[in-house]
Amino acid sequence: MPEITYREALRQTLRYQLRHDERVFLMGEDIGAYGGSYAVTKGFLHEFGERRVKDTPIAESVVVGAGIGAAMAGLKPMVELMTINFSLLAIDQIVNNASKLYYMSNGQINVPIVIRMAGGAGSQLGAQHSQSLESWYAHVPGLKVVVPATPYDAKGLLMTAFDDENPVIFIEHTALYTSKGEVPEEAYRLPFGKAEVFREGTDVTLIGYSGSLHQAARAADQLAADGISCEVLNLRTLRPLDTDAILASVRKTNRAIVVEDDWQFGGFGAEIAAIIQERAFDDLDGPVLRCSGADVPTPYNGALEQAALPQETDIIRMVRGMV
Amino acid sequence: MTSITRQDAPRGASDGPPDRTALLRTMMLIRRFEEKTAEMYARGRIKGFLHLYIGEEAVATGAIAALRPDDYIVSHYREHGHALARGVEPRRIMAELYGRATGVSGGRGGSMHLFDREKSFMGGYAIVAGHMPLACGLALAEQYKGTDRIAVTFLGDGAVNEGEFHEALNLAAVWKLPVLFIVENNLYGMGTDQSRVSAVTDIYKRAQAYGIHSEQVDGMKVVAVHDAVARLAKRARDGEGPVFLEARCFRFRGHSMSDAELYRSKEEVERWRPLDPITQLQQTLLAEGAIDAARIAALEAEVDEVSRDAAQFAEESPQPPIESLHHFVYKERADA
Amino acid sequence: MISEVVMPQMGADMVEGTILAWRKQEGDAVERGEIIAEIETDKANVEIEAFESGIFRKTLAQEGDIVPVGGIIALIAAANDDVSAYATATPAAPAAAAPVPAMAAAVAPASTPAASAVAAPPRENGRLRASPVARRIADERGIDLSGLHGSGPDGRIIKRDVEAAATAPAPAAAPPAAAAPIGASKMRQAIARRMAQSKREAPHYYLTVDIDMTDAAAFRKQANTALSADQRISVNDLIVRACALALQRHPAFNVTFEGDHPVRRDAQHVCIAIALDDGLIAPALLDAGRKTLAEIAVASKDLVARAKGGLLRPDEITAGTFSTTNLGAYGIEALIGIIQPPQTAILGIGSVMPQPAVHDGAVAVRDVMKVALSADHRITDGAQGAQFLAEIKRLLEHPLLLVL
Repeated sequence: MPEITYREALRQTLRYQLRHDERVFLMGEDIGAYGGSYAVTKGFLHEFGERRVKDTPIAESVVVGAGIGAAMAGLKPMVELMTINFSLLAIDQIVNNASKLYYMSNGQINVPIVIRMAGGAGSQLGAQHSQSLESWYAHVPGLKVVVPATPYDAKGLLMTAFDDENPVIFIEHTALYTSKGEVPEEAYRLPFGKAEVFREGTDVTLIGYSGSLHQAARAADQLAADGISCEVLNLRTLRPLDTDAILASVRKTNRAIVVEDDWQFGGFGAEIAAIIQERAFDDLDGPVLRCSGADVPTPYNGALEQAALPQETDIIRMVRGMV
Repeated sequence: MTSITRQDAPRGASDGPPDRTALLRTMMLIRRFEEKTAEMYARGRIKGFLHLYIGEEAVATGAIAALRPDDYIVSHYREHGHALARGVEPRRIMAELYGRATGVSGGRGGSMHLFDREKSFMGGYAIVAGHMPLACGLALAEQYKGTDRIAVTFLGDGAVNEGEFHEALNLAAVWKLPVLFIVENNLYGMGTDQSRVSAVTDIYKRAQAYGIHSEQVDGMKVVAVHDAVARLAKRARDGEGPVFLEARCFRFRGHSMSDAELYRSKEEVERWRPLDPITQLQQTLLAEGAIDAARIAALEAEVDEVSRDAAQFAEESPQPPIESLHHFVYKERADA
Repeated sequence: MISEVVMPQMGADMVEGTILAWRKQEGDAVERGEIIAEIETDKANVEIEAFESGIFRKTLAQEGDIVPVGGIIALIAAANDDVSAYATATPAAPAAAAPVPAMAAAVAPASTPAASAVAAPPRENGRLRASPVARRIADERGIDLSGLHGSGPDGRIIKRDVEAAATAPAPAAAPPAAAAPIGASKMRQAIARRMAQSKREAPHYYLTVDIDMTDAAAFRKQANTALSADQRISVNDLIVRACALALQRHPAFNVTFEGDHPVRRDAQHVCIAIALDDGLIAPALLDAGRKTLAEIAVASKDLVARAKGGLLRPDEITAGTFSTTNLGAYGIEALIGIIQPPQTAILGIGSVMPQPAVHDGAVAVRDVMKVALSADHRITDGAQGAQFLAEIKRLLEHPLLLVL
């Protein structure tokens, strides 16, 4: 099986969609002539033309809103927002329109839009370019939130996103575009709401997604050398969430740690911890812990930035404290 | 390859000079319907917010009569008039205001969120200017599909200072989207006189800054509005890009039912009375002999009955079942 | 046509308004849209208009009156309409709620975790289900959790279970299960503990009475000829129904303790004592007060079957409000029961025995059953008990009352 990058995996899906469905078109800042700020759409303008690949002004709100309107009229737009940080300028459209139209209209009008954006920190880009924020979108009923961690995730989940009749917030990770993995050549779909058991284990469950999955996996590798067996779950989607997989794992290991890049207070880890303690209370040997980003705006300085993100050493220390 | 099926656009009632008696009836229906909703709100049958269109009837009536039935309409929260003018059933609008299952939005939207997809009435929205990007998107979709269907969006004078207003105008202009923006300038954004908060009060000039063909019209004269919209809609339909119309009008009631109108004087409101669009058209038609007092009385009785019937229908309609609370949060694929 | 002028709802949070001034007098003509009054809300003064044309017939509130939203303040009608039905100066009740066609409330009460269909033992998958604080207390006081019955959700051992064990006079450091006395199953231990607690804490008083069951027997026999096997009514079913009805009329006996507080319960959940191999269980026939005799017959058979199969639901184990215990099948003349905590009364039932008795002025052989009421004197006293028992007797001696 070929090994390709996360970026290339996304490209394969976008190309497939543009070729197979005339309703699909792409909009975003610099996705055409520039080739995309993360080079995901490089060459697409040339291959598919201006009608299908539209460079937009820097106007996130109207671009997302226009995508929503086009979806209301029966097309299948994909909007690329350069980063999740800039999605805040479109949050009125995403939350007040996209998530609610199907409900408010009593089922008359749905919004099959895919909104892609890149989140995450680690490249010393400063506080306004380094947020995660996935919990904000996962909080909103009516949205679906997808967080691929691997190239295999990216291709399959993006295919499913285009099938979905609802607004899908597809959050990529800036640090993962160059990561590599085995990806089948043919088109395939990965279902939403189904986590992957990335690594089987018996002593503790590490729950991660997107960037944090890899920290969890690396921590698990190191702990294995000391005879501690970690089960690592890759959530793949936050909404819908694969609660069954989480609970099944915790019932097996009796211990859980959520690993997340995002700020801890009020973050998605809190939701997972709440679910586990409500439904698997009697299977817990101790409280669910969260290994999260520090509750600070992300600093520019490299060491400070790293200290603000969950590291393998933090995870390892937590696991040792538990078992 | 999934392709787009193109349908021929229906010929609408928009071609040719307007039927002025029909315009009069529509305005009178809107007026009486709004009075009835005001009564029912005061009696506690309608809850939440209620924004009346009284005084502004000529804008919705004239504009929508000049459009095709399948041109999209995207409105704001003062939308009952637009819905009625588009032909959404009065009973179903009233039932929606009462929150009943028989309402256009199943009781889940309320006064500010009327949706009737079959009539291309794509919603009322509560976020000021938040709906304008949607109109751009609907227009974009039709342009993409190669049809000559246009999108029309109504907004208030309070919307023209929002960022989304400017973003929408710019995008429409730069992509030459077939969208018609109609500003209903009733001079007050809720309780604030427009001149206190807008750096340029001739709103139509703002659109010109984006290179958009833009006009101003007396929004109290229904025929003038109709003619302007017919002309502008054709431009948009012919691919000449977006168009903008500022209709200067006046609302005779407060912003909403809780507005005590402390921000304007009674004298000012009375000054606008002779310009009531219904009065103006009735006088014109009477003077021309195109209509007589008996016909007007008959129309009054007719719209009164429609409004009364709508309220009764709403009153007798069932509530949506509690079990439906979680319906329509997500749409499942039909063939999943 | 009388049009009621109401204090209008002007804005979502308005609760009441003050009438500042009437602009119309009784007898004035009114056009729809005309201003008829000025009112004051907490936001501003507003004018209210007439929604109908007619004659301003009556004011029902005066200037200065504060009227709740929806209260009728005036009437507009035709000159010859009769408005005498409207009393003066009564701000009437707010607008009647909209006629609500029946809404099936399908939202499940989410208060407790999903009840499992099985009365789960505290141990599952080899893990003992006990809450963290229960474990801590057990640890602190040297209590063996494995001997405890869990009263929490899904049979979880919770704080009160451990505390109840802690107050028992049994030796604190119980030997592990292997050293327990032969035949002392968990159930036996639980019964021992609870019965001891009941006798210790509840001052019992006892009343007995004979009930002539001859008519009830005939009634039952006749009813059963028309019923299928699973609907056949037993003597105990009649008694359960009689108790449920009597409890409705004498709710002081439908009281259970919640911690230290006695609480009068709305529904009658009547427990039926069922003998098992290793002891006794008394699950509740839920909502007996709202079940017909036929429904009780079906439910009691089902309850007994499931009790014997270990398939009772937690609420059947914990929600009982009153108990019955019947040793009639064993030829026992009278059974004087021990109240099941947290309940406050129990009816003991003896055999139905043919006996000479006075009936309609003559001596005849009648079927007589002795019943005994044991009740908690902290909650009720003898006179109340006597009336309660008399009601049960009356119902059973006039069995048609059980189906009315």
